[in-house]
Amino acid sequence: MIQNKEKIRSLFPYLQSAGCGGRQLIYFDNAATTQKPRSVIDAATRWLADSNANVHRAVYGLAAAATEHYEAGREAVRELINAQAREEIVITSGTTASINLLANVYGQRYIRPGDEILLSEGEHHSNIVPWQMLCERTGAHLRYFSVKEDGQWDMEEAERILSEGKVRMVSAAHISNVLGIVNPVAELTVLAHRYGAVIHIDGAQGIVHAGIDVQEIPCDFYSFSGHKLYALTGTGVLYGRRDLLETLPPWMGGGEMVDTVTYSSTTYAPIPLRFEAGTPNFIAAATLRPAVDFVTSIDIAQVRKNEEEMTAWLMHEMNSIDGLRIYGAGGHKAPLVSFTVEGAHHSDIAVLLDKMGVAVRSGQMCSEPLLNKFGQTGVVRVSLAAYNTMQECEVFISSLRRVLEMLR
Amino acid sequence: MQQTIKEVQQEIVDSFAAFGDWMDRYEYLIELGRDLPVIDEQKKQEERLIKGCQSRVWLDTEYRDGRLWFTADSDAIITKGIISLLIQVYNGRTPDEILAADNSFIDEIGLRENLSPTRANGLVAMMEQIRGDALKFKSQQD
Repeated sequence: MIQNKEKIRSLFPYLQSAGCGGRQLIYFDNAATTQKPRSVIDAATRWLADSNANVHRAVYGLAAAATEHYEAGREAVRELINAQAREEIVITSGTTASINLLANVYGQRYIRPGDEILLSEGEHHSNIVPWQMLCERTGAHLRYFSVKEDGQWDMEEAERILSEGKVRMVSAAHISNVLGIVNPVAELTVLAHRYGAVIHIDGAQGIVHAGIDVQEIPCDFYSFSGHKLYALTGTGVLYGRRDLLETLPPWMGGGEMVDTVTYSSTTYAPIPLRFEAGTPNFIAAATLRPAVDFVTSIDIAQVRKNEEEMTAWLMHEMNSIDGLRIYGAGGHKAPLVSFTVEGAHHSDIAVLLDKMGVAVRSGQMCSEPLLNKFGQTGVVRVSLAAYNTMQECEVFISSLRRVLEMLR
Repeated sequence: MQQTIKEVQQEIVDSFAAFGDWMDRYEYLIELGRDLPVIDEQKKQEERLIKGCQSRVWLDTEYRDGRLWFTADSDAIITKGIISLLIQVYNGRTPDEILAADNSFIDEIGLRENLSPTRANGLVAMMEQIRGDALKFKSQQD
């Protein structure tokens, strides 16, 4: 068990490097993507060199090795989320692909005109637009339950809408990429099931900062991206409950997803390959194994405790700045804080912070409806990972104060 | 005799070269942004808005006596500063002059990232609109 922060940092080449263009930035945009541990980088490099062959197809040894690595990535995810079977883990290119896949296949099989799909107001565009497209295709309706002023879900409203009995699918973020609150997904899962709906949880942020045990929280679907969890980009996961996944048709047609093909018709492969048409990003997907190994090798309780301390300190310091408003101040907070400052534009703040050596995100955060609700065109967001330190938080706060002196 | 676009750009490059570090450059841009003449609220219409993910830019173009005149605004002050530089360069120019010009001076003063297509701050779209307007008025002229 790795407990020491310095030890964790030593595993990340980025933190040892001179940085981009000779400038070492404090990296506070981890909700967008994380830096990669050496184990992930080395594994990908090694596999590219010594076991690059297309997976699930050929009989020669090289292909068997590549397939083994790819399937080890799937097994790593199964262990991480405690799914019952490897068949429940569909490998995709990322959360966006997972949700689009789900909306298409679930929609085709189960959604009819007049049905409802229920989302929270705090969703990323990736968990809004695929459902809007589904509604346009099928004549179903999209409903939203409110995010309260402090960023927490209005569970009573969610239940009220569910109790009307028309909702077939609930889809909501485990942790919003803007508000950073760990949402009560266990409770929402119970509610969805009580009223006959299935539930998908967007775990893009949740898998990193809360974790999920799909047997403990029996959601029907859970999706996330590998690259926010220290694996390479172009990797993602759609977990689906086996009995439900088995009833779903394929979406993309092509190689690998078939059983028998004639010129006139095709029978499809069993899950999960039914949903993995074409050559997958197999080397990147294989890095899910070393990425998960990293995540499980660190003392997660210690890391979370440390993240909570940093988050509390950041929020305390930020609250002392005149005109600064934090979005999502209520509830159990992940190390992800979005804010605006009166009299200073979010993009100006981010540009100047970059010049001072701190990388933060600014803009709409792919969550335009939520920002509109709060009357903003953009926010600044800081998001931490296991390797960030209190000292970096201190540099960020003193830089932010300097930036605001320049702008106001 | 009016300076050429190249000459104005060179002047800007020279004045930026005098700054010691990035801090001074950005202080100067912020100052330019604050001094940019305020745009008539009526001209900040939705159809004049260039929407970026980061900041928003409004651009209004007038065509008088064969030349283009610009007024522009942004919600972000650094973006406004860069707008001010672009207006210094392009205001009162003929369509031909604008279409023949390039923006490499932005690179030379160390602000390249602001005009790269990946930067969603509306400035790239603003430059496209300046060129688009020049093209439009040029075809009216011909």
